[in-house]
Amino acid sequence: MEFMTYHDFMFWTKGMAYVGMGVGLVAFVAFWLFVTERDEDKFADKEEE
Amino acid sequence: MSDHTTPNKSFWTPANIITAVILAIGLVLTFKRFTMGIGSVTNLTDDNPWGIWIGFDLLCGVALAAGGYTTSAAVYLFGMKKYHSAVRPAITTAFLGYAFVVFALLYDLGRYYRLPYPLTIYPGPTSFLFEVGLCVALYLTVLAIEFSPAVWETLKWKKLRHYAHSLTLLLTIFGVILSTLHQSSLGGLYLIAPSKLHPLWYSPYLALFFFVSSIPAGLSMVIFEGGLSHKFLHHKMDETHIEEAPGVTLGFAKAAAVVLFAYFNLKWIGVAMDDNWHLLATGWGAWFLVEVIGFVLVPCLMYAMAAREKNQKLAFWASIVTVLGIVLNRLNISLVAFNWQLPAEVRYIPSWEEIMITVFIVTLEITVLRFCLSKLPILHEHPDFKEAH
Amino acid sequence: MKRRKFIGMLAGAGACLAASSANAGGTHHFKGYPESFGVLFDSTKCIGCRKCEAGCNKVNELPAPAVPFDDLTVMDKRRRTHHDTFTVVNKYVVGDKPVYRKQQCNHCLEPACASACFVGAFKKDKTGAVSYDASKCVGCRYCMIACPFEIPTYEYHDPITPRVRKCTLCQPRIEEGKLPGCVEACPKGALIFGRREDLLGIARERIRKHPDMYIDHIYGENEMGGTSWLYISGAPFSQIGMREDLGITPAPQFTSGPLGVVPAIVGLWPVFLTGAYALTKRKEKIAEEEQHHAVTEAVAEAQAEAAKKLKAAMDKAEKDKLSAIDKEVKKALKEAEEARKKAEAADAGEQ
Repeated sequence: MEFMTYHDFMFWTKGMAYVGMGVGLVAFVAFWLFVTERDEDKFADKEEE
Repeated sequence: MSDHTTPNKSFWTPANIITAVILAIGLVLTFKRFTMGIGSVTNLTDDNPWGIWIGFDLLCGVALAAGGYTTSAAVYLFGMKKYHSAVRPAITTAFLGYAFVVFALLYDLGRYYRLPYPLTIYPGPTSFLFEVGLCVALYLTVLAIEFSPAVWETLKWKKLRHYAHSLTLLLTIFGVILSTLHQSSLGGLYLIAPSKLHPLWYSPYLALFFFVSSIPAGLSMVIFEGGLSHKFLHHKMDETHIEEAPGVTLGFAKAAAVVLFAYFNLKWIGVAMDDNWHLLATGWGAWFLVEVIGFVLVPCLMYAMAAREKNQKLAFWASIVTVLGIVLNRLNISLVAFNWQLPAEVRYIPSWEEIMITVFIVTLEITVLRFCLSKLPILHEHPDFKEAH
Repeated sequence: MKRRKFIGMLAGAGACLAASSANAGGTHHFKGYPESFGVLFDSTKCIGCRKCEAGCNKVNELPAPAVPFDDLTVMDKRRRTHHDTFTVVNKYVVGDKPVYRKQQCNHCLEPACASACFVGAFKKDKTGAVSYDASKCVGCRYCMIACPFEIPTYEYHDPITPRVRKCTLCQPRIEEGKLPGCVEACPKGALIFGRREDLLGIARERIRKHPDMYIDHIYGENEMGGTSWLYISGAPFSQIGMREDLGITPAPQFTSGPLGVVPAIVGLWPVFLTGAYALTKRKEKIAEEEQHHAVTEAVAEAQAEAAKKLKAAMDKAEKDKLSAIDKEVKKALKEAEEARKKAEAADAGEQ
C-alpha cells in the first residue's frame, strides 16, 4: 500500500505493532505453558525446568 | 486488632474535620468545573494547555504509584519472600493511585465522557498518549484484580478469592511490562516538543529517565507509607508485618540507593549526548543541578548510608527527599522548563481552584486509603486465610 | 536481582538510541500529496490592514471581536490565535520600519498535531489542509503541546462540547475552487494561493529577482519537515516572531523511534521476567533439595547412632541376663548340694 505521508505510514505500522503485541502476549502465555507442561507420573525422570 | 473505635472517641477528629472541609470545597469546585468549563477553575491558556492536573495529578501520581510493580516483582519474580508483607500495602497504594489518576483525568479532559474513544473506536497509534492510555487502562485492571483478594477475604467469597489469587504470577509479569511501558511513555509524551522544553530537560532519553526514576519513586513510597503505617496504624498490623517491616525498609533502601545512582549517571550521559555542558553555567543550569544533585544524588547517598548503618530513620527521611525529587522532576518537565522561552507574562501559574481540586483529589485518595488499611486485611492477614499466599 | 532489570534497561536504552537515529522505516521517503495546495505570504507586501482577519472571521462565521478589525492599535501588543480568532497579524519594528506578519496554522506536511492526537482527529488532506474532526476529539489538548508554532486553541469556556480551533485552510471553499477567506480579502496580494510546488517556484523567483529586498530563505520549505504555508520576508524571520531554531525534522520522527521500543519491550520482557521467576523457583527448589538432603543425612546419622546404642544396650542386657541366669543356676546347684548334704547327714543320723 502506498503511503503519502510519514504520518500515514506510522499510523499503519504502529497500529499493526499493537495488534502484534496483543497476539504475541497471548501466544507467549500459551507457549510457556506448553514448554513447562509436567509429566503426570511424578516418579518419572524429569528434565530440569 | 479491633476496628471499632472506643465508645468515647468522636468521629470528628481534627483529621476528619479538615478532610470534611476539603471534601466540601472540592465538591463545590467540581460542580463549577462541570457546569462552567475548565476555564472557570483553571489558569490554563492556549499557550499553556497542561497545568498541575497533568503535571502533578497525572505525572507524579503515576510515578509515585510505582511501588506496586516493584514490590510484587521483588516478591513473586525474584523470590524475596521477606518482603511479602509489603505487597498488599503496595498494591493498595498503587491501585488507589491509578484509580485516582483516572479520576483526576476526568477533570482535565474537555470531553471526559469520550475517554473510552482511543481504546475503542478511534485509536491513534502514532501518539505516545495512546500508549499511556492503553497501558494505564490495562494496568488499572491488573491492579484491581491483584487488590481484590483483600475484598473477597473480607466478604468470605472463597472461590473468587482463590481464582484472583491464582492469577498472581501472570498479573505480576504483565504488571511489570505495563508499568515499564506507561512509566516511560509519560516521559515519551514530551519527545514531540523539543522546541518547548529546555535542553537540559529534553533528551531522546526522556522515556528511559521516567522509567528508571519510577523505581526509586515506588520503593520510596513503600518505605514512607510503611513508616507512617507503623506509627499511626500499628494496631492494625499483625506479627509478620511488624517483624518484616525493618527488613522491607532497609532492603528497599539499598535497592533505591543503587537505582538512584544509576539514574544519576544516566542524567549526566543525557547532558553529554547533546553537548549541553555549557548550559550548566546558566540560571537554568543551576536549577538543573539543584534537581540532580540535591534531589537525586543526596537521597541516593542517604539511602546508601541507611542501608549500610541499618538506620531505618535515615531511610525514612531519604524516602521523603526522593519523593520530593521525583515530584520536582515531573513538575520541571511539565511546567517549569516547559515553555521556558515564552515571555514571563504568559507563563503558567495554577489558580487556587486548580490547586484546591488537586488537594481535594489527594485528600479523597488518602481517605479511601485510610479506610482500606483499617477495614481490609492489608496490614494483617485475614484469620480465615492465613498461609494462603 | 535488580541487576537483571538494569541490564534489561540498558538493552532498552541501546534499542532507544538505535531506533531514534533510524529514518522513516529504513529508506522510505515520503513526499506528501502531489499537487496539494498552499499559501505564500510575502511580508514585504503586507500593510497590516487586518482585512485578512476580517475575511477569516466572516467565512468561518466567528463571533464579532471586542475590538473591530479596522482598529490597528491592537497590533502594538503580541497577539496569538484564540478560540474565536484563527489568524492574527502582528506588527514588528525592524530598524525603523514596521513589518507585519500574518500568523495561522501552517498546515505542515507532517503535522505534529496529527502525530500527537491519540484519537486521530487530525488529518493531512490531499488538498494540503490539516483538518480537525471535532467528533473524535476527547479534549486532551496534546495537539496544543505538540504544535511547534503554538497554533491550536481551545474552548476552555465550554463545559460540555469544547473544541480545538484553528485555521482550516478553508478546505470546503478550496474544494469548490474558491480562495481561502484571508487570501480573497487581502488588498495587496501579500497572500497567494496555489499549488505548493508553484508557490515555491514563485517565491524563489521573487528572491532571485530582488535579492536586496528579500532574505534568501523560504520559511516553511523545510521547517519541521515542510509546511504548506510559506513565508518570504525582507526582515530576518526571527525579528518578525518566527522561530528559526525548529530544525527540519518532522515532528512524528521525534516520537517514532522511542515508540518503536514498545513492541520490543513487550516481546522481551516476558522472557526476562518469566526467566527470573523460573530461576528463582529453581534456586528455591535446589535449596529445598539441599535442605532435604541435609535433613535426611542428619536423620540417617542419628538413626545409625541410635541403632548402635541400642545394639550395645541389648548386648549388655543379654550378657547381664546370661550372667544372672548363671548366678541363679549356681545358686540353685549350691542349694541343691546343701540340701543333699543335709539329707545325707540326716540319713546317717538315723542308722
